Amino acid sequence: MEFNDKAPIYVQIMDLIKQRIASGELKVGEQLPSVRDLAGQLVVNPNTVQRAYVELEREGYVDTQRGTGTFVLGDRGAVDRLRERLACSAVEACVATLRSLGYSPDEIAALAAAAAREAQP
Amino acid sequence: MSELVEVVHLTKRYLTNAALADISFQLPEGHIMGLLGPNGSGKTTLMKILGGLLYPTSGSVFIDGVQPGIQTKARVSFLPDVNQLNRWMSVGEAGDFFHDFYADFEPQRFEGLLKVMGLRPEQKISSLSKGMIEKARLSLVFARKARLYILDEPFGGLDPLARRQILDALVADFRSDASMLVSTQMVGEVERFFDDVVFLGSGSIVLSGDAEDLRAQRNASIEEIYREVYGHVETRQI
Repeated sequence: MEFNDKAPIYVQIMDLIKQRIASGELKVGEQLPSVRDLAGQLVVNPNTVQRAYVELEREGYVDTQRGTGTFVLGDRGAVDRLRERLACSAVEACVATLRSLGYSPDEIAALAAAAAREAQP
Repeated sequence: MSELVEVVHLTKRYLTNAALADISFQLPEGHIMGLLGPNGSGKTTLMKILGGLLYPTSGSVFIDGVQPGIQTKARVSFLPDVNQLNRWMSVGEAGDFFHDFYADFEPQRFEGLLKVMGLRPEQKISSLSKGMIEKARLSLVFARKARLYILDEPFGGLDPLARRQILDALVADFRSDASMLVSTQMVGEVERFFDDVVFLGSGSIVLSGDAEDLRAQRNASIEEIYREVYGHVETRQI
């Protein structure tokens, strides 16, 4: 994974895990990789992964059980809400860029529709 | 979390020239700290004091609550900035030498590290390239199960692939009961391993803190903060 060093790395790891939960790659009840394994995969400091897990737990996405591991929390509804939130923030960022380039709402909608059609497999 | 290293009002003068002026900081157990700064900012002097190779002019330094000396040398694994290995030795003999010296040296771990680095015990130090010597030295340092690792420019002579190998080994072997102090000029490449950073400038701490907090506060990478910090110093002097 490529990190943007301008932003805290633990936040980027949190985003990565949230995205995997939202896409269904990580299922509710599934165990996350151990801190050490994920640190090895991402080649980052294990303390940084630990921090991401602690913050994800604080936000209610995962639950860490002493001695066993960290598991994805929630139900189908929570996953759908997370998915929606991630979609909204992606769209907001994209719209903001296009607005700054001078596109009108209708033009943006047309561009988005065209891009979505082209991206179809 | 307890502090493994404590530096309190540390000053070091070489004759009249102050290499370190009133430095204080703590390194918690289980943390990797980046010691950053341009050449001549005092990094090596600080590391040598922690390694017990130089004495402070004033102020004090504690490792596990003890001032550097015989007791701390048994727990501190130090990679100096210049090659300390005897050139006539083979890599394996250097390992035996370390094994005799340090009770925490683990020969099996050393063998494993040599394999990762692509070195063989029978190779003579004098036959190795600069980069290979660097790898042998790092293998020796990491083969110790120390409390504190002090690495002065560990990536000096290494190619990008070797640097990555070392970083992988570092992450794989990282223990929460040990700490690491690393000086480097490869800030961009290594910054994501740092829990904390200390920026030294002309013997004083210019900036220090939690690496992630600094990124968040300044919306910049540690490398960019480095350029900002020392860019200012230079322009002020001109």
